[in-house]
Amino acid sequence: MLAYIIRRTFAALVLLLVVSAVTFGIFFLLPRLAGETADQLAAQYIGKNPSPEAMVAIKKNLGFDQPLYIQFARFIKQLVLGAQYKYGPDATTCHVPCFGYSFKNHLEVWPEIQSRLPVTISLAIGAAVLWVLAGVATGVVSALRPRSIFDRLAMSVSLAGVSLPIFFTGALLLFLFSYQWPIFDKLHYVNFTDDPLSWARNMVLPWISLAFLYSALYARLTRSEMLDTMNEDYIRTARAKGLIERKVVVRHGLRAVLTPLLTIFGMDLGLLLGGAVITETVFSLQGIGAFAVAAIGDNDLPKILGVTLVAAFFVILCNLLVDLLYAAVDPRVRLS
Amino acid sequence: MRRSRTLVLAAVAATAALVLSGCDSSKGGSAAPSGSAGAGGQDAATKGIVNASDHKGGTVTYEMKGTPDSLDPGNTYYAYIYNFSRLYARPLTTFAPGPGQDGNKLVPDLASGMGQVSADGLTWTYHLRSGLKYDDGTPISSKDVKYAVERSNFAPKVNSNGPTYFQELLVDNATPYQGPYDDKSPDGLKSIETPDDTTVVFHLKQPFADFDYLVSAPQTAPVPQPKDDGAGYVKHIVSSGSYKFQSYADGKEAVLVPNTNWDASTDPLRKQLADKIDLKMNIDQATIDQDLIAGNAQVDLVGGGVDPQTQAKILLDPKLKAKTDNAYGGRLVYMAINSHQAPFDNTDCRKAVQLAIDKVAVQTAEGGPIRGQIATSVLPPDIPGHADIAPFATAGNKGDASKAKDALKACGHPEGFKTTLIARTERKAEIAAATAIQSQLKTIGIEADIQQFPQGKYFSDYAGVPNFINSKGVGLMMMQWGADWPTGYGFLQQIVDGRAIKDSGNSNLSQLNDPAVNKLLDDAGSNADKAAREKDYAAIDKQVMDDAVIVPLTDFKVFLYRSDTATNLVSTSAFSGEYDYLNIGTTK
Repeated sequence: MLAYIIRRTFAALVLLLVVSAVTFGIFFLLPRLAGETADQLAAQYIGKNPSPEAMVAIKKNLGFDQPLYIQFARFIKQLVLGAQYKYGPDATTCHVPCFGYSFKNHLEVWPEIQSRLPVTISLAIGAAVLWVLAGVATGVVSALRPRSIFDRLAMSVSLAGVSLPIFFTGALLLFLFSYQWPIFDKLHYVNFTDDPLSWARNMVLPWISLAFLYSALYARLTRSEMLDTMNEDYIRTARAKGLIERKVVVRHGLRAVLTPLLTIFGMDLGLLLGGAVITETVFSLQGIGAFAVAAIGDNDLPKILGVTLVAAFFVILCNLLVDLLYAAVDPRVRLS
Repeated sequence: MRRSRTLVLAAVAATAALVLSGCDSSKGGSAAPSGSAGAGGQDAATKGIVNASDHKGGTVTYEMKGTPDSLDPGNTYYAYIYNFSRLYARPLTTFAPGPGQDGNKLVPDLASGMGQVSADGLTWTYHLRSGLKYDDGTPISSKDVKYAVERSNFAPKVNSNGPTYFQELLVDNATPYQGPYDDKSPDGLKSIETPDDTTVVFHLKQPFADFDYLVSAPQTAPVPQPKDDGAGYVKHIVSSGSYKFQSYADGKEAVLVPNTNWDASTDPLRKQLADKIDLKMNIDQATIDQDLIAGNAQVDLVGGGVDPQTQAKILLDPKLKAKTDNAYGGRLVYMAINSHQAPFDNTDCRKAVQLAIDKVAVQTAEGGPIRGQIATSVLPPDIPGHADIAPFATAGNKGDASKAKDALKACGHPEGFKTTLIARTERKAEIAAATAIQSQLKTIGIEADIQQFPQGKYFSDYAGVPNFINSKGVGLMMMQWGADWPTGYGFLQQIVDGRAIKDSGNSNLSQLNDPAVNKLLDDAGSNADKAAREKDYAAIDKQVMDDAVIVPLTDFKVFLYRSDTATNLVSTSAFSGEYDYLNIGTTK
């Protein structure tokens, strides 16, 4: 088991490095291949009309006058050891982990991302708890009573959940519960550590609107998998052994369903941790998604690069955790 | 002056009116009351102060779509920041609080009186009030005013957003002054003298009648040099106003709290009512509107008015409509034509655009007559010097494709051509207007590709950067402009003077450099005769229209919703019809 964990962790680290290299290549190699000169590349980092001095400073700071592999090594080194940028009246320190420095806003990228992480993590984790509980429970009950009123109703609602975009459900929830009946009015993010109750109160509507979409998907997926599983021979055997139905469902039926659910859950959660753009926009949450949108709007490459790496990190991390959970859920994984 | 930033002037006016007309007005100070307190009703805040109150406490919440160009008073050019910045940055002069045109009255702020001008009109002297302090308790010196002007006008590599009037008007050093970040000499710009800690003297190249207006810009708000680290100053602005920064998170939020070192006896304008001022950025406009209606927020910082869908809802509900203010704000909505971008370097091609546009459709896209009257010239009707001219008049203002095609033939492109039209992402009405223009131009063969850019960087990185515009083939730019101060010079100079073209933060988007226009501006700026100046402004208006570089669309009208929980609301012409932000409090 330990060897499995080490192997998967090492693979994840290698994957992260590869993703970093690919991302770095997209930002620094592709423009070169497309014919951009070092000056043009540097100009994009300054944004406004670049003075010759500023161009020289950017090229030196980012190493545009050096081979790409050295630039990448420098990028990784800065990530681990930090960097000093000389641009403007004073030198600026980019602290560890140095994800880059926005020359347009004169801000380090990582603190900006870091300050937004609690918002996105709160949103993603809270919504995930909701959708897993609601989705899986609904799916299981629907599968156990196929074509019942509950099943038909649940699947209809889940179809609506899948069909309705978040910018609709979110705006509807806001209208109803924030303005029409101000139960959750004046929404603004509060840190969990400052006031857990207020944190939850302010996140309920974003959680629900996000979970409504995902729980619908999970309910349909769970129902489908459970229907297949509950018709397997080993389920009949379990029943024949005299196991009570609850144990048959939970220990034998649901456990088999967990593997595909975990797979998709890891992907979904990882993607959301990289920024739930629409939900954050609808609820004016200043998370990673809103940060990414603003960075793209500003064409602020260091910020875009930073948020891309963070998003990739979360996807890889969540998939690593899923891989490790596989081992707990399914012993065959360890054997393989 | 300001880009759709008509804000600055009105704030002070509103404040004084509140002080004097409110129930405790006798305590208010020296500013003259110019409006009367009112309980409400449609357009009430354009005629007086609504919810006048000296109630202290609570949090005043400002919300804004997008982000500002900068909260640094020396690096901004949006009217709403001109307005808002006076909470933490006191310029030498500002505008007396008051509704509508009453808000255009100029009064001393950091200075103890208006400028003393020399007989030849070349020297302006200001004396600071005594007892002024920053939020850290250190005294404010006239040297800090000099430094503030130097950093904001002579260091475009660091602070590029604001206008550069001072750089254009002040006598330069023998060796051109390079700004305080590059030129570390103790004298700095020698044409600004500080003979003592409370006196600042400006030496001009030529007489300039509007100089008292010019020093109302936040660029004269003092900045202590040791605390200035260039572009990073926005993260730790030192306050000279009634509020100071408690926190600032770029693109997210700024929290201001009362400045305990601000002394009300040095300031007849400000009241320091709220316990906290919370500015929230990047809020969806529909959410802002809902929050205003629900009373959760007190002010929409940008002050451009409610969203189109909210407007429709309000207009259908008499109760909501009674809480709105609809007024001119000395703002022109227009489309700038890049005179350096072929084929728009040909006047006839520009004329083709002027003639093709259906201004009624554009007006509708912007929200209808309630959001602006159709404009036919550059100078708005509420700016002195305006004359009713319409060089490109078409029947019913609906455009004339036939005449436009004739102009296209004259410019050598009878089949039309392709160009790029840019607008600001956050401004739905602007995007809608651009879309309407796009379809109208298509009828005469001009294919305009619309590109959107964020308002916070529109001038520093995109529309306001001639190199960017020229290299990307941008021919048309959506624009909205309010006077920097309520005179023809304050409205026109930055958008039509060829010498005001900047590498970044440029407002002369057309890159017009017409010697006739420049000369008229010089004549008007130095002429002591008001009537003669206004005649010059009318002549400039006509000449710019003849150059056909600006397509006037509408004379903008704000349509603001008054939050029930906000006190001391007054819409002022000085800041494009926005509410004066100086003394807004809350009942919550």
